[in-house]
Amino acid sequence: MTHFTPISAAIGGILIGLSAAWLWLTLGRVAGISGILGGITRAEAGWRLAFLAGLIGTPLLFALVGGTVAWRAPAASWPILIAAGLLVGFGTRLGSGCTSGHGVCGMARLSPRSIAATLTFMLTAALVVFAIRHGLGH
Amino acid sequence: MRRILAALVAGALFGLGLVISHMIDPLKVLGFLDIAGDWDPSLAFVMAGAIPAAVIGVALGHRTRHPLFARAFVQPPRQPVNARLLTGAALFGAGWGLAGYCPGPALAALGNGAPGTVIFVAAMLSGMAGFRWLSGGRSVHLGDPASPVSSRP
Repeated sequence: MTHFTPISAAIGGILIGLSAAWLWLTLGRVAGISGILGGITRAEAGWRLAFLAGLIGTPLLFALVGGTVAWRAPAASWPILIAAGLLVGFGTRLGSGCTSGHGVCGMARLSPRSIAATLTFMLTAALVVFAIRHGLGH
Repeated sequence: MRRILAALVAGALFGLGLVISHMIDPLKVLGFLDIAGDWDPSLAFVMAGAIPAAVIGVALGHRTRHPLFARAFVQPPRQPVNARLLTGAALFGAGWGLAGYCPGPALAALGNGAPGTVIFVAAMLSGMAGFRWLSGGRSVHLGDPASPVSSRP
C-alpha cells in the first residue's frame, strides 16, 4: 500500500531526534507529545502551546509554500476513529507516554520503562492491524 | 520569550520531521504495523534516525548543569515497569493500530482539514480529559514524563 522510503524516513527521523535534543538542552523537557499536550492545563502552558504551534503550523506552512505533504485522512470509519482517539488519549496518559516520549526520548535514555512501553504498544498495534487486515472474515 | 521561541523551534523541527519522514500519513504508519501484509519498514528507519540524534541531546545534557533557558532538567520519575505502564501502552497501541495515528502525527496533520483527523484529535483530547477526571488530577507524580518535579519560573 505504501512504498519503503528509507532515506526520507531517516532524514525525517533525525529532525525529530534533533527536536527532542533541542527541547532537552534548552528547556530541560522531554519531547513527548502526549505529555506536552496532556499537561497543558496543568502547568506552564506557554512553552507547550508554542511547541504545539510549531508542530501544527510547520506542515501547514510547508504545504502553503508549495511542498508536498502526504497527510492523507485516516481510512477508518468515524466510530472507529472515535474509539481509536479515546484509546490513544487515555492510554498515553495512563502509560505516561507515546511514540515520541517512550519510543524516541525514553529509548535514547535507555529507560527500562520506555523500552517495555515501546515493545508493548508496537506489539498491540501490530496485533490490531493483523486482526483487521488478515483476521476473521478475510 | 526565549523559552517560547525555543519551544516553537522544537515543535517546528518535529513537525518538519513528520512531514519529511511521511509519518504524517496514517496509512504509511499502518503499512509499518502490517507485518503480515505488504510491509513498509520505513518507520523503523525513522526511529533509527531519531534515537541517535536524541542520544546526542541526552549526552550533551550530562555535560551541562542546567538547560540553556531553565533551572533544571525535568527528569521523568524513576519507577519500575508496572501494570499501569503496560496497560496504558497496550491501550495506546490498540488505538494506534485502529487509526494509524499517534499523538504527534495526528496533531501535525490537523492542517489537512480532513474531518477524520479532527474527529480523532477531539476523541484523543477527550480520552486525556477522561483520564484526568478518573485519576482526580493526582497523576502529577505518578509517572508523567512532562510533569514538573520542581517549581520553576
